[in-house]
Amino acid sequence: MDWVNAIVQGTLLGGLYALFAAGLSLIFGVMRLVNIAHGDLIVLAAYLGLTVVITTGVHPLLAMALVIPAMALIGYALQRGILNHTLGDDILPPLLVTFGLSVILQNLFLEGYSADPQKMNAGGLETASVAVGGLSLGLLPLLTFGIAIAVIAGLQFIFYRTGLGRAFRAVSDNQDIAQLMGLNKRHIFGLAMALALAVTAIAGILLGIRTSFDPTAGGARLIYGFEAVIIGGLGNLWGTLVGGIILGVAQTVGAKIDPGYQLLAGHIAFLIVLAVRPNGLFPRVSG
Amino acid sequence: MSAKSYSVSRSSRASQVAAALGVLVLIGLIAAPWWAGRADMRLMSEIFLYLALASLWNLMAGYAGLVSVGQQAFVGFGGYMLFALTIFGGLHPLVAIAGAGLLGAVVSVPVAALIFRLRGAYFAIGTWVIAEVFRLSFAQVSALGGGSGSSLPVGIVRSLADGRSAREALSYWLALGAAVLVIASVYLFLRSRRGLALTAIRDNELAASSLGIDIWRTKFVVYVVTATLTAMIGALIFLQKLRISPDAAFSVNDWTAFVIFIVVIGGIGTLEGPIIGTIVFFLLRETLADLGTTYLIVLGVVAIVVMLRAPKGIWGFVRERFDINLFPLGYRVTPSKKKTDP
Repeated sequence: MDWVNAIVQGTLLGGLYALFAAGLSLIFGVMRLVNIAHGDLIVLAAYLGLTVVITTGVHPLLAMALVIPAMALIGYALQRGILNHTLGDDILPPLLVTFGLSVILQNLFLEGYSADPQKMNAGGLETASVAVGGLSLGLLPLLTFGIAIAVIAGLQFIFYRTGLGRAFRAVSDNQDIAQLMGLNKRHIFGLAMALALAVTAIAGILLGIRTSFDPTAGGARLIYGFEAVIIGGLGNLWGTLVGGIILGVAQTVGAKIDPGYQLLAGHIAFLIVLAVRPNGLFPRVSG
Repeated sequence: MSAKSYSVSRSSRASQVAAALGVLVLIGLIAAPWWAGRADMRLMSEIFLYLALASLWNLMAGYAGLVSVGQQAFVGFGGYMLFALTIFGGLHPLVAIAGAGLLGAVVSVPVAALIFRLRGAYFAIGTWVIAEVFRLSFAQVSALGGGSGSSLPVGIVRSLADGRSAREALSYWLALGAAVLVIASVYLFLRSRRGLALTAIRDNELAASSLGIDIWRTKFVVYVVTATLTAMIGALIFLQKLRISPDAAFSVNDWTAFVIFIVVIGGIGTLEGPIIGTIVFFLLRETLADLGTTYLIVLGVVAIVVMLRAPKGIWGFVRERFDINLFPLGYRVTPSKKKTDP
């Protein structure tokens, strides 16, 4: 039963990792940009949530109402102000600029919030649980998993059922022809980054309720998100959810064997997938 | 005009002057134990080791297009191998440094085979995952102090040389020697047949491959050579620090972020870039380090501005203006003064 418990808890943890990964997957899908600062932006959302909770005293989940639009605005400004200037055939500029951004963000957090680990207090939600068939499932992990499914379904809907999604797919397929058809790719990229950071805001707040975070917590979140994307297969949002779940299960099962193996087991699961299926489990041909 | 009225040469006036000056500076630096203070020598050793790391990262990212943010994997690995080989293997520290390089090469082969499956930016994050795997694995080895790390026993440090000043001089010369060795190897590598292939890949991968260059193989060789030398530098770094822990050994900030900033600011894809970048980096550090986190924010902003406004860095800017190369890598055609008029 312990093992079943580890697998179920790992699956629920995978929901959080899928949320880390969804934003990364979205911006790669639309503009082929890999954002090294993605993890730090997740932590930024957590710190913004913390600030809202402390100053207004609202519940962390309600703080999302402010943090999501704030992160979306930051995303649009970031894309149009800096990242659009790095896009092109050379992969070096976006990589190094987002790497520089990551270092800047981490040190801004240090300056503003000190190196102490912080956490958002969500009251009873943190400890509440429901009993299902002999297992005790935390309400927060269940909620996180449900939100992850809703977010991915929502992104899938935006991508394939709306005009905005059509614009995303058009600039992704061919930027120049999309421009000729009257789309402003700079604006579309800005909107894609805004959407990605709105998802990041949800992930950041849920992270901040679940565990404590500090200014350097971003690197590990980037890596988990990235691993979920690669395991699931590039460009496949539902695959990303499966990738997150595999990563989460590997970590909880690893921790069950020896607490020291928790993170290592996740990375090794990723490396095994990379060795056996280099394109991930469910790659989409057109990526 | 006949073909005879032109001559093709590698060296130029600038490169000859630079070579002469370089030899003079090198002689001065070799003599440092007789004219520099203890603190200056420590700082200079650190500068040389960063210069070596930056030149190696530049070879990978600037020439082979392999942008790694996980070179701390090999720095830390080299450091740990120095400790393991001297403490458990009973080797002399100098032999252990060479051994660390050799083991770095052995480890880098399967690593390369695995992460070369990732393209471009995903390759970069893949290298970071490898570095994390190394860090978490070494934290599990209780014989090397586990997560809290261990110190190099006094006996091993003493075996390096007799007396404190002799040890410090040797340690300084090792750092200087490492920097010279790395820059000379990169220079000779780029002038070789394989280096020419690498430069072709840098300029246009498709064209290079249609000329019959095996891209995967060339990049693989660069990765393994870089890993070997990086592991040796790592061993040297921790021979100076005398203490190692997983977080210090596999720090992404210390061994990758700073190195990337050095190369980007100095000029990526040139041999001169890392040298200039290292000088600028340490000038900034020595003047702004008191500002703490602000210093790192300034460094990040400078790197972003350079990348956006002058992507070829300081040296790229200078070269565009004045057309000079301090390291004669390419060939130049010049009309010869004689024989132009019959």
